[in-house]
Amino acid sequence: MESRGAKLFIRVGAAVALLFLFVPLVIVVLYAFNRSIGQRWPITSYTTKYFALAWHNPDLRTALWNSVQIGVAATLIALVLGSLAAFAVHRFQFFGRDTVSFLLVLPVALPGIVTAIALSSTITAFGASFGLVATLVGHATFCIVVVYNNVLARLRRTPGSLVEASMDLGGDGWTTFRLVTFPAVRGALVAGALLAFALSFDEIIVTNFLIGTNLTVPKFIFDNIRQPRNRPIVNVVAVAAMLITLIPVILAQRLAGGATNPSVAGAKAQSAQSGMGV
Amino acid sequence: MAEGQEQGWTTRLSAFFYRHRGLKLSGFLGAPLLWLLVVYLGSLALMLVAAFWRVDSFTGDLVRQWGTQNFVTLWSVSVYRTIAVRTVGIAVAVSLTDIVLAFPLAYYAARMATPRRRNMVLIAVVVPLWANYLVRLFAWRLILSSGGFLTAMTQKLGFHLDLGNTNWAIWLTFSYLWLPFVLLPIYAALERVPSSYLEASGDLGAKGWMTFRRVVFPLVIPGIVAGTIFSFSLTLGDYIVPQIVGNTKFIGNAIYDSFGVANDLPFAAAYALVPIGVMAVYLFMAKRLGAFEAL
Repeated sequence: MESRGAKLFIRVGAAVALLFLFVPLVIVVLYAFNRSIGQRWPITSYTTKYFALAWHNPDLRTALWNSVQIGVAATLIALVLGSLAAFAVHRFQFFGRDTVSFLLVLPVALPGIVTAIALSSTITAFGASFGLVATLVGHATFCIVVVYNNVLARLRRTPGSLVEASMDLGGDGWTTFRLVTFPAVRGALVAGALLAFALSFDEIIVTNFLIGTNLTVPKFIFDNIRQPRNRPIVNVVAVAAMLITLIPVILAQRLAGGATNPSVAGAKAQSAQSGMGV
Repeated sequence: MAEGQEQGWTTRLSAFFYRHRGLKLSGFLGAPLLWLLVVYLGSLALMLVAAFWRVDSFTGDLVRQWGTQNFVTLWSVSVYRTIAVRTVGIAVAVSLTDIVLAFPLAYYAARMATPRRRNMVLIAVVVPLWANYLVRLFAWRLILSSGGFLTAMTQKLGFHLDLGNTNWAIWLTFSYLWLPFVLLPIYAALERVPSSYLEASGDLGAKGWMTFRRVVFPLVIPGIVAGTIFSFSLTLGDYIVPQIVGNTKFIGNAIYDSFGVANDLPFAAAYALVPIGVMAVYLFMAKRLGAFEAL
């Protein structure tokens, strides 16, 4: 269809975009092994000594532990609330069903700073305290939609005849859920949970407002990114944080079936999109 | 089930809920709805109210008294207008850049690549999307710092380019961060264009460029607009990038400073209504262009 010149143009453009996407990631990885404390390019000598230094940094350990706690708690809340909402929207026809999906996606669709200021307003107005709990409430709020999208997509792909067959065979609601519905959505639950954790682990815009004087891994990077003294540790943490976010995402991708599965391919983008489509 | 046999409690419970569907529905929907209404919508409403409060200039205490002084300040002090215009301007520039960068790769993946290659490209786009926002931002700080990758590379090519702490740096970094968000909807839209349309266009005598301009492009516009919703919304809501790679203030920075530094929640809340307003206008226009049907 396309002429030769057009094809060449597209290939070159595609290659430029791919380079643009990946060169910065490669550079970050290389700097983690930079022996020098400076940021000059090219890197002249390499070392792994800063990995050990980072591992024994007490602030960083606190930050990591906080991030894990917040991530796990936010994921659990999102898992319960997101799958309940997905079941409700799938199973029932009710007034305001579209509004529910819209409401779920609002925390991701609005600019991040709006969510941050809104939650800060509540905390200030009621005299509550900023910290880990405030942060995990904030994270859970925007993680719900990730679980919701994954579970709803799976429910829609599961034929209703399976549930009917279970009922015909004498299974009551609980038995049907236990033996038919739950096994069908199990993969989606795990995938949704992994993505929610990755989203929480990665978050800084809202976290920065709600965390108070505590640390999370992104907050640690944010606080130290402009301090030359801590540069090597930040370099190392950057690579570690990248891996910690990527591993759950890759697992989720496997579980939800292939890279082209839209419910995972860009759960971040997708979560916002599906809701704005209402 | 034999007659007269005692039914299990789960069966009776299931039957009860089967007869009372409303109750069952509220059992499912109650908790998530309550969370979002109380935690999120409640907070948004409170923010709207707080925008009309003020902070006592002597004691720094919150004065819960209705007044429009914050909006008067926003309107009359020119620096806030400059910041708003700068933010929206860069958001537009970033969106356009991402469309140009995304289009060839999306087109290649959707219409030229073998299924295997297509998968690889999609993974290649999704990996940076999830590879930790701050880390990707940090990468650009490393690249753009003086003596860093960019200056070293341009020096090799025989000229000097140092974008550290400029609006150019902010523009580049935003374009990098949001590229996958713009690319995915464009890819999805391109993939949905039926091949028969292209054949029909060819049969009617249109050359490649004509087919692209008259058939493909109009069909992909909703996908493009859908992608820019993200680049727009994310740029409007960001206060980290301008701090780390630039030295100018964006709407997000003004909000962050008035809350975090000046401890003036009412003014921060009032300014936060600006990105909401801009997004509302943008979403309205996007809807007219059919972006929502493309999602």
